[in-house]
Amino acid sequence: MTALEASGRNADPVVEESTAGSRPPTPATDHPRRATVRKWAEIALFVGPALALFLTFVVYPVISAARYSMYKWNGVSQFSDAEFIGFENYARALFGGTDPDTKQAFTTAYTQPFWEALSHNFAIILLSLAIQLPLALIVALTLNRKFRGRAFTRVVIFAPYVLSEVIAGTMWLIIFDPNGVATQWMRAIGLDMPAGGWFEDPTWGFWTVFFIITWKYVGLAIILFLAGLSGVSEDLQEAASIDGASWWQIQWRINIPLIGPTIRIWAFLSIIGSIQLFDMVWVLNRGGTAGQYSTIASYMMEIGFFRSDWGYGSAIAVIMFFLSFVIALAYMATILRRDNAHPGKAR
Amino acid sequence: MATTQTHDAPAREPGNVESHRRKGLVPEGSTYLAIGIALVGIALTLGPILYLILGGFRTQGDLASNPTGLPDPIQWQNYWDILSGSLFWRQLLNSTLVAVATTAAVVLFGTMAAYPLARYSFKGRELVFVIFTTGLMFPLTVAVLPLYLLLRDLHISGLWGLVIPQIAFALPVTIIILRPFLAALPKELEEASFMDGISRIGFFWRMLLPLARPAMVTVGVLAFIGSWNAYLLPLLLLTGDPSGMTLPLGVTIFQGQHSAATTMIMAYTSLAMLPALAFFLLMERRIVDGLTGAVKG
Repeated sequence: MTALEASGRNADPVVEESTAGSRPPTPATDHPRRATVRKWAEIALFVGPALALFLTFVVYPVISAARYSMYKWNGVSQFSDAEFIGFENYARALFGGTDPDTKQAFTTAYTQPFWEALSHNFAIILLSLAIQLPLALIVALTLNRKFRGRAFTRVVIFAPYVLSEVIAGTMWLIIFDPNGVATQWMRAIGLDMPAGGWFEDPTWGFWTVFFIITWKYVGLAIILFLAGLSGVSEDLQEAASIDGASWWQIQWRINIPLIGPTIRIWAFLSIIGSIQLFDMVWVLNRGGTAGQYSTIASYMMEIGFFRSDWGYGSAIAVIMFFLSFVIALAYMATILRRDNAHPGKAR
Repeated sequence: MATTQTHDAPAREPGNVESHRRKGLVPEGSTYLAIGIALVGIALTLGPILYLILGGFRTQGDLASNPTGLPDPIQWQNYWDILSGSLFWRQLLNSTLVAVATTAAVVLFGTMAAYPLARYSFKGRELVFVIFTTGLMFPLTVAVLPLYLLLRDLHISGLWGLVIPQIAFALPVTIIILRPFLAALPKELEEASFMDGISRIGFFWRMLLPLARPAMVTVGVLAFIGSWNAYLLPLLLLTGDPSGMTLPLGVTIFQGQHSAATTMIMAYTSLAMLPALAFFLLMERRIVDGLTGAVKG
């Protein structure tokens, strides 16, 4: 995932090589035809294992998900006995309607939880851009200088990123326990925990989870921005300062624009990650007892795996795929395009 | 190639900044502000982790009455119980086996696949590469339900059920990072080797693998972290006996089973955290380079 955008750019050296017209060197041999057979055998030997694994365990399951999504199936009975229902599963999630068998409205059981989960994903996307981005930027710009303990600070701030979401989530479950330290601190300053509990409160539960996500992931943004800032030429900053620019003006007019590509790629990773968010919300009580911070992925697991509605769960998976696919393409075509367009090289 | 560049970038900075600062040419903001923000950042990051580790040394009553002070009395029982039992060690072993097997296979198969894709010219090369890159579009979450059924039908269970799909899902990023790195190695390497009568396979083992080591370490570290932290697949596949689980899943199960003994959970979670933190401290440079390299391209 991290290299998604890199794929476009990194391909360059290879493409250049093949278009340059010069053939790569080949081992000396007397028999051209035998050499060709041998070459293909070698290619098969080298690429084969990776391609076989990839097709079997990535591509095939993804195609299967698309197939299952057209059926009403509980995952236990033979798939050949499953009932083909076309786009019914999708309609149920997206538009509602009524169950032909039970005459029950789909809206409350299917449509509403789906849109709620989706709205949480989008809220996390927007809040990440509105809160994590400025926060990380301010911290990175401030830390982008020499001071005692700088290396240590960078290591510590980045540490939560390498912890597993599950273990970090368990830690925060204990801290935000109704009788835990967070509540005791709030009481010490004369307040209390949110009425329903840190996680269960219908309003504040989502914010507790967003706080935890920020704790876990803001370090990545800071480290990426610092790496970008270390590449900004000091000559520019020097020239600006000779012209009388203040520290803030230099940040605003030079440093931030110059790490623009890094910021835009971080935003890209953050958006895609937010759509696929699962581990953390699942550990925190499966997206909340009333789904107050459910995500599409947690909803998919809840209904597909744990309530054995595999057809419907697969439809949710496909919707999630389309969403990240469309957003990724749109983002690359509009926002990342100018970063990838090298001067003098048409793409 | 990109990964090595980022490695070099910070190196030239301290001297320059220092000299400019002496001349007073680059305005610095306030060092005190930087230190202040650094301290706040460190406190917010380390505070919860320290609270967790210290909590493992508390008695249940101490946790309720005095959650923020130092443990009083210090209680070694929690950590001792966990470390003298077999469950934690079994889960640590499982996590290690899965991560090592995944990493080794990803690096080997990924380098093998990236080699012809980077340095052979053959019909369909770009198509094969594009097929791999589509893998970036398919997160595990999208495929996980059918994958579960596939593994069940193939009778792949237990830790192998984690390793094999994890290899498959880590291959795209690996190949995408390795391919340009391998392509950037000079063409003369092959010419010289072939002149000496070395075959392509011999060239791969004796020349390419040693030269590609930096990039292989980078992708290996990323694969290792991904495997170590994995939760979704273990959640579906490793049901039943906790001693067959990996650490992240083990922590959640332990938490469910000891819900009354919070300090015990804190000790278990702390211990489960330590290997990742230790690995991170050892490989910090590599991890950051890998990530910034993968992001910067």
